[in-house]
Amino acid sequence: MYGKKVRLRFFFIFLILITLSLSIFLIFKSLEKNVVFFQSPSEIKILSEIDKKKIRVGGMVKKNSISVKEQKLRFVITDFKSEINVTYSGVIPNLFAEGKGVVAEGYLKGRNFFAATKILAKHDENYMPPEVKKALEEN
Amino acid sequence: MTSTIGFYSLTFGLVCSFLIIFFSVKNFNNSQFFDNKILSITFLQFFFVTISFFSLILAFVYSDFSNETVFNHSHTTKPLFYKISGTWGNHEGSLLLWLLVLTFFIFVFLLKSQKQKKEYRILTSLIQQVIIIGFFFFLIKTSNPFNYIFPVPAQGLGLNPILQDPALAIHPPILYLGYVGSSIIFSSALAATTLNYVSKDWAKHIKQWVLVSWIFLTLGILLGSIWAYYELGWGGFWFWDPVENVSLMPWLALTTLLHCILVLEKKLLLSSWAIILSIATFTLSMSGTFLVRSGILNSVHTFANDPERGLYILIFLFCLIFLSLFIFFFFFKFEKKKKNLFWLSKETAILINNWFMMYFLSVVLIGTIYPIFLEVFSSEKISIGPPFYNKLIIPFLVPFLLAMAIGPKLKWIKSNFENKKHLILFFIISLLLSILIIRNLDISFLLNTVLVTSAFYLFFITSRDFFVKGFKRLSQNIAHFGFSLLILSILFNNIFSTEVISNLKLGETLENENFKIKFENIKEINEYNYKSIKGKFTVQDLNGSNEIMYPELRIYNQPNIVTSEADIKTNLLTDKFMTMNYIQNQDYFNIRYQVKPFMLWIWLSVLLICFGGVISFIKKYEG
Repeated sequence: MYGKKVRLRFFFIFLILITLSLSIFLIFKSLEKNVVFFQSPSEIKILSEIDKKKIRVGGMVKKNSISVKEQKLRFVITDFKSEINVTYSGVIPNLFAEGKGVVAEGYLKGRNFFAATKILAKHDENYMPPEVKKALEEN
Repeated sequence: MTSTIGFYSLTFGLVCSFLIIFFSVKNFNNSQFFDNKILSITFLQFFFVTISFFSLILAFVYSDFSNETVFNHSHTTKPLFYKISGTWGNHEGSLLLWLLVLTFFIFVFLLKSQKQKKEYRILTSLIQQVIIIGFFFFLIKTSNPFNYIFPVPAQGLGLNPILQDPALAIHPPILYLGYVGSSIIFSSALAATTLNYVSKDWAKHIKQWVLVSWIFLTLGILLGSIWAYYELGWGGFWFWDPVENVSLMPWLALTTLLHCILVLEKKLLLSSWAIILSIATFTLSMSGTFLVRSGILNSVHTFANDPERGLYILIFLFCLIFLSLFIFFFFFKFEKKKKNLFWLSKETAILINNWFMMYFLSVVLIGTIYPIFLEVFSSEKISIGPPFYNKLIIPFLVPFLLAMAIGPKLKWIKSNFENKKHLILFFIISLLLSILIIRNLDISFLLNTVLVTSAFYLFFITSRDFFVKGFKRLSQNIAHFGFSLLILSILFNNIFSTEVISNLKLGETLENENFKIKFENIKEINEYNYKSIKGKFTVQDLNGSNEIMYPELRIYNQPNIVTSEADIKTNLLTDKFMTMNYIQNQDYFNIRYQVKPFMLWIWLSVLLICFGGVISFIKKYEG
């Protein structure tokens, strides 16, 4: 019915559409699995269940809370309303200090206990992660 | 004083823009010849912006703290080199640099395009002036580098110490040359579309600009990456951080454009595609600036910044996108006669390459902006880490690498499989070699073997071409060879890296299955603008060979910031990398020791890729 060229072009457009939808599907599928949510200590306190997924917790490092025991760094993240205990063994960024903003990535082991796998470095002493600022403002 | 001069020459530069527009419009219809007044005023504009830029540098060198920018980002005890580089190490100064490069490039463009049509040159310069005016207003209104403060402070706030580094001092100018070079491609593509001048000649002429911006963008990204490697102390070179991604996106678009222009130049195909890519490249560069400067990106590299600026760039960006889409849809003449592509030809191979690049680009784009959208619509705060990118990009590297190896072997228009025995032979060799390497390792066998095989395949095929083809298609061959080397180095670097992280007290020894690390002593030295704390460690590895490492902590006096300076022992095969950080109120130091094979080759292969671009650029010039 249609000429060979027209059919070829239809086939081509069809191929493009398939590839496009397939790649978008792939991207969003993998997005779902790999996003890391950010939560403040107060939000964790009211969680209905402890998820096994990786999350980020942000707030301030509580004064006089840093200690080292059995090769593990321990400290407390606070948003001045709730607190959470963090253990960590890994690289500590330069600007990690008591009374400064911090974002830790890792897994919840309970409502009061967080095992961090990464502490995020910030480059600027005046800089506060937007999430931390917002979480602190909310309280 | 310098601030006054700087500000007024900036204003004169803006006036020049309006003059150019006035003369361009007059010249466009009236005369047969290009009005040299336009060229002169363009030079004048460049001259004024240069004066403005140099007065800012002077203000930095002489620590003129009556200037707000200098006050915020400089300090009298800073070494001279970093006083100068501090000029563009901040928002205001870096935008002035953008503007400087913008005016410089349009001047060079007008000089180098004398063989082109008058209308095309004028229109390109007009569109470029629209961009320049936008930047002038942006600079003067939201981020004037010449604001006064009164009373004049005695001392400045200082530059963030992690920016006080040679690689990062030249990183912004180089990166901007790449970013801004794409503005010329953008203007020229729109002008060519309007005048229906998208032709082989145009492709040949604009290819030089594509090459220039591509080379600088590649170098700029390389410098940023090297800096991140040794200064941030994380021991990696790419973190899929949003700020890194925004430089990678224009690079992907530009690389695609580079290949697409080749087809356009030879076969006058894919012309609409080339125009879209030209628009995309510049838009992505602009969005990069917007995303980094507005502070909406949740990035580990973020520095404090200001939302009003972001809003301005966003509006400006929308205007430019609207303008370009308008021109594209109303003026672009699609080819009447459809030429069909034969499935086995160079054009098709390049088209496939383009598809893959677009896929990579959309992965990076979605990964970068999805968190922003989610936060706007559902106020949920998320971040997207490396696993997302690794999962989506790495598997598709395999067909991409294979296509890169075979594509250049094909002929234009129509090709066949004769004389291609060595292609199969090399494939078998690569496969065997990869199995041999991966076999005994504790990693996913299938994925790694396939990846290494395809990288080796490209490696062998391009190496063979150096001997067989000699100087024919040398630039392409070098770049592709460099890419295979890059992928191989990254793969082996990932597979064979070992590391240990621990907290140690002075005198303690750490022992595990790979290393024995002893914390020998610590030394304090007062330097010019910081205090240095140097640790001494002896590292003994399995073979019994010893290495002494001196990682350092620097406590800068202004601003009061601590940075870690990694101690890196580089040789041809491996990097040994150690960082140290102190833990507040504790006797412990946080130690990280890494052995990273083939690090040097990652940098070298990117340089090789650049070098391929340089050769292509030079060759064009001669021919």
